[in-house]
Amino acid sequence: MPEPILTLRGLDAFYGDFQALYGVDLTVSEGEVLAIIGANGAGKTTLLRSISGLIGNMAEQVQFRGASIGAERPDVIAQMGLAMVPEGRQLFPSLSVAENLMIGGRVNREGPWNLRKVYDLFPILEERKAQASTSLSGGQQQMVAIGRALMANPDLIMFDEISLGLAPVIIRDIYKALPGIVGGGMSAVIVEQDITKALEVSSRVYCLQEGRVSLEGKSDAVSREDIARAYFGVE
Amino acid sequence: MTNHIRISRTSSAAKLAAVLAALIVVILIAAPYWAGRADMRLMGEIFLYLALASLWNLLAGYAGLVSVGQQAYVGFGGYMLFALTIFAGLPPVVAIALAGVLGALISIPVAALIFRLRGAYFAIGTWVMAEVFRLSFAQVSALGGGSGTSLPTDIVRSMADGRSEREALAYWLALGAALVVVTAVYLLLRSRKGLALTAIRDNELASASLGIDIWRTKFFVYVVTSGLTAVIGALIFLQKLRISPDAAFSVNDWTAFVIFIVVIGGIGTIEGPIIGTLIFFLLRETLADLGTIYLMVLGLVAIVVMLKAPQGVWGFISQRFNLQLFPLGYRVERPKDS
Amino acid sequence: MDLVNAVVQGTLLGGLYALFAAGLSLIFGVMRLVNIAHGDLIVLAAYLGLTTTAALGVHPLVALIVVVPAMAGIGYVLQRAVLNHTLGDDILPPLLVTFGLSVIIQNALLEGYSADPQKMDAGALETASVALGPLSLGVLPLLTFAFAIAVIAGLQWVFYRTPLGRAFRATSDNQDIAQLMGLNKRHVFGMAMALALAVTAVAGILLGIRTSFDPSVGGGRLIFGFEAVIIGGLGNLWGTLVGGVILGVAQTVGATINPGWQLLAGHIAFLVILAVRPNGLFPRISG
Repeated sequence: MPEPILTLRGLDAFYGDFQALYGVDLTVSEGEVLAIIGANGAGKTTLLRSISGLIGNMAEQVQFRGASIGAERPDVIAQMGLAMVPEGRQLFPSLSVAENLMIGGRVNREGPWNLRKVYDLFPILEERKAQASTSLSGGQQQMVAIGRALMANPDLIMFDEISLGLAPVIIRDIYKALPGIVGGGMSAVIVEQDITKALEVSSRVYCLQEGRVSLEGKSDAVSREDIARAYFGVE
Repeated sequence: MTNHIRISRTSSAAKLAAVLAALIVVILIAAPYWAGRADMRLMGEIFLYLALASLWNLLAGYAGLVSVGQQAYVGFGGYMLFALTIFAGLPPVVAIALAGVLGALISIPVAALIFRLRGAYFAIGTWVMAEVFRLSFAQVSALGGGSGTSLPTDIVRSMADGRSEREALAYWLALGAALVVVTAVYLLLRSRKGLALTAIRDNELASASLGIDIWRTKFFVYVVTSGLTAVIGALIFLQKLRISPDAAFSVNDWTAFVIFIVVIGGIGTIEGPIIGTLIFFLLRETLADLGTIYLMVLGLVAIVVMLKAPQGVWGFISQRFNLQLFPLGYRVERPKDS
Repeated sequence: MDLVNAVVQGTLLGGLYALFAAGLSLIFGVMRLVNIAHGDLIVLAAYLGLTTTAALGVHPLVALIVVVPAMAGIGYVLQRAVLNHTLGDDILPPLLVTFGLSVIIQNALLEGYSADPQKMDAGALETASVALGPLSLGVLPLLTFAFAIAVIAGLQWVFYRTPLGRAFRATSDNQDIAQLMGLNKRHVFGMAMALALAVTAVAGILLGIRTSFDPSVGGGRLIFGFEAVIIGGLGNLWGTLVGGVILGVAQTVGATINPGWQLLAGHIAFLVILAVRPNGLFPRISG
C-alpha cells in the first residue's frame, strides 16, 4: 500500500450553525484517483471546500503529506501542492484565458506543467488565449479551469463536478484527457454525479450520504446494489 | 410539566425599567426647581444628543441607511427657526414644529437623488447634500451669509418673561423632544413597519421576496428621521441663540459624535444610544480639557468597539444578562409550576 | 473669453481631482471598500511633504521620493492591521472604522501641526506660466494634469499588465477562488491600499503646493474625489479623470458667474449627473 497523501480523520464541517459533515474518515494514496459520489446535498462540495481550506476545521482533522492543515489558510494549502477545479468552473471574468492560466501558476511550484504543456493538452485554448474567459463555451471554460489547476503543479488535484452542464461529447473529450493529467504521479479526487464515469476513471470510491461516508471500496468491486443503497439510503 | 405557554412582549425587567424611567422623567421635569443653570444647559444638551443619536440609530442601525450627512437637517432646522421667526414673525415654538415639517419635505427630493447610491457611496452622497445645504445657506445674506447671525433679542424675549423662565422652557423643550423621539422610535419599531425594517436588516433579499417594499420602507424612515432631526436642530440653535453655516452643518458636531455615541452604546438597539450618550458626556466632562487628544481617544474607542465588540456596551450587557428594557420582540413564557 | 479661460483652468484643476479620486476608485475596485478617511490621508501626505521639505531643505516635488513610499507603507500596515478586519458582507464596520480613522488623523494633525493654514513653497514653479494664444496656463496646473495622466496610465498598466494587477482583478472577481490560486487576500488588499496611498501622496503634495491647507480640509477632498469617481463611473480609472475634469470645469465656470458659487456649482454638476446617469458616464462595475 503506498503512502497516503491526504488523510481525513473525523472531519466535521459547519456552515454557521448547520453541520454539513459528520466524522468523515478518508484517505487518498500517492498517485491514486479517488472518486467521491453522492446525491445533491450529501456534502461532497463541502468536503472539497474543507480540504482546500475555504472552510476552517481543526488542524489535525485534515492531514496533507504529513502536515496538519485543517486550520490553514487556503492560499497556504495551495502553495503546499493542493489544487482544485471548482464546481461551475469559476474562472475570473476580468482575466483573459492566458491570464487565468498564469494566475494558476503563480504558486511557482516545480513540475511538468507550464503554459506550453497546457496548450498542448487543450490546443483550442492557445487560439483563444487573448480572449475574455467569459466568451468561451462551457467546455472550453472547463479546460481553462483544469489548466489553471494544473499550472500549479499540484501533488493532489481535486475536480468538483467537471461534467456538470456540459454536452456528453465534451465530457468524453475532457475525461479522455484525464489519464494524461494524472498519469505523472499526481493524485486526484474526483467528485462526480455521473456514477459510471466516476467508477470508470477511479481506483477507489467513497459515497457520501447526509454528511457521512456510506460506502467505501474498490471501484471495480462495488456492486450497483451497494451503490444504490449508499446513495439513496434505501434498504 | 404544564403546557400553558404565554406569548408576551414584556418581561419583569422591562416593567421595572418602565417604572424607573417614569420616576426619572418626573425628576427631570422638575429640574428647573432643583438644578443650577449650568447643569440645566448640560442636561438640555444631553437630551438633544440623545435624540440625534436615537434618530441616527434608527436610520443606520435599523434601516441600513448609513448617513454621514444628517448635519444637513440639523443645520436646516436651525436655519428654519431663525428664518421663520425673523422673516415670518412666527413664535419660536411654532417655528420649531414647522422646521420639522419643512425638514421632512426637503428630504423627499434629497432621498430621491441619493437613494440611487448604494451602501458606502450612499454615505458620502449624504455628506455631499449636507455640503450643498451649507454652501446654499452661506449665500443667503439676509441670514448673515458665511458669518451667520444671532436670534434678535425681541424674539428671544417673546418666548417667556424672565431669563430663568426662558431657560426652563428651552430645557423642557429639549427633554420633551428627547422623550418624543425615543418613544416614536420605539413605537415605530414595534409597528408593522418596524417588523418590516428588522426583516430588511436581517435579510434584504428574503424580505423583498416576502413582498416588503424595501425602497418605500427605507424612504419613509429617511423622511421621518430627517424631519425629526430638523426639529432637534431648531432646538439646538434655540439654545445657542446664534447660527452660522460652519456651526450648523458641522460634520464633527452633528454626525461624528452621534455616530460614536451609537457605536459605543450599541448600534441597532434602542437602549444603545441612551447608554452611549451617557458615556459620551461622562468622557467629555472628564476629558474635554485634553482637547484633540480626547477626540483621538474617542475615535480609537469607536474603532476598537466596532472591531472587537460590534454590539457595543448595551449589546454586551443585554447578552450577558439577557436584558431588554424596551421589549421589541416576543418572548415565550412558561409559568412556574405551582 | 472668460468662459474659455474658465474651462481650460477647470480642466487642469480636474487633474488634481482625478488624483484625489484614483486611489478611492482603486480600493473600491479591488475590495469594495469606501475609505472615509481618504481625504484626511491626502492631507496627511501634504503634511508629510511639508515636514520633509523643511527637514531636508528640498523642493516639494523632490519630497515625493520620501512621501510616496512612506504613504505606501502606511497604507499596507493600515490595511493589514485594521481595515482587513472590517471587510465582509456588512457595510457598517468599514464605514464606521474609516470614519473613526478620519477623526483620529484630523486631530493628530491638529495636535502636531496646529490649526494654522500651511503651504509648501515650490519657488518659481508656482508662478511660472506659458502663453497659449490669448490664454496663460500655469506650469503647476499643467504639471498636475500631466501627473494625473501619468498616474492613471501607470495604474492602468499595473492593473492590466502585471502579475500584481492580475492578483487584484482575480481577488476582486472571486476572493475564494483567488485564495485557491495561492493568493493571500490580506496581502493583496494590503498592496492595493499601499498603491492607493502612494497615489494619495502625489495628490497631497500637489495640493499642498497649489493651495494652503489645514487639518480640517480632508472631508472636502474626499467629497471631490468621490464625486469624480461617481461621475466617471465606478471602477473606471480613465473615467475618474473625466469625472475630475467635469467637476473642475463646473467649479471654475461657477466661480466666474459668482465667486461664492464655485463649490456649489461642482456639487450641482455632480447631482445633475447622478439624476440623469445614476451609474456615472462610463461604469465598469455595479456598486
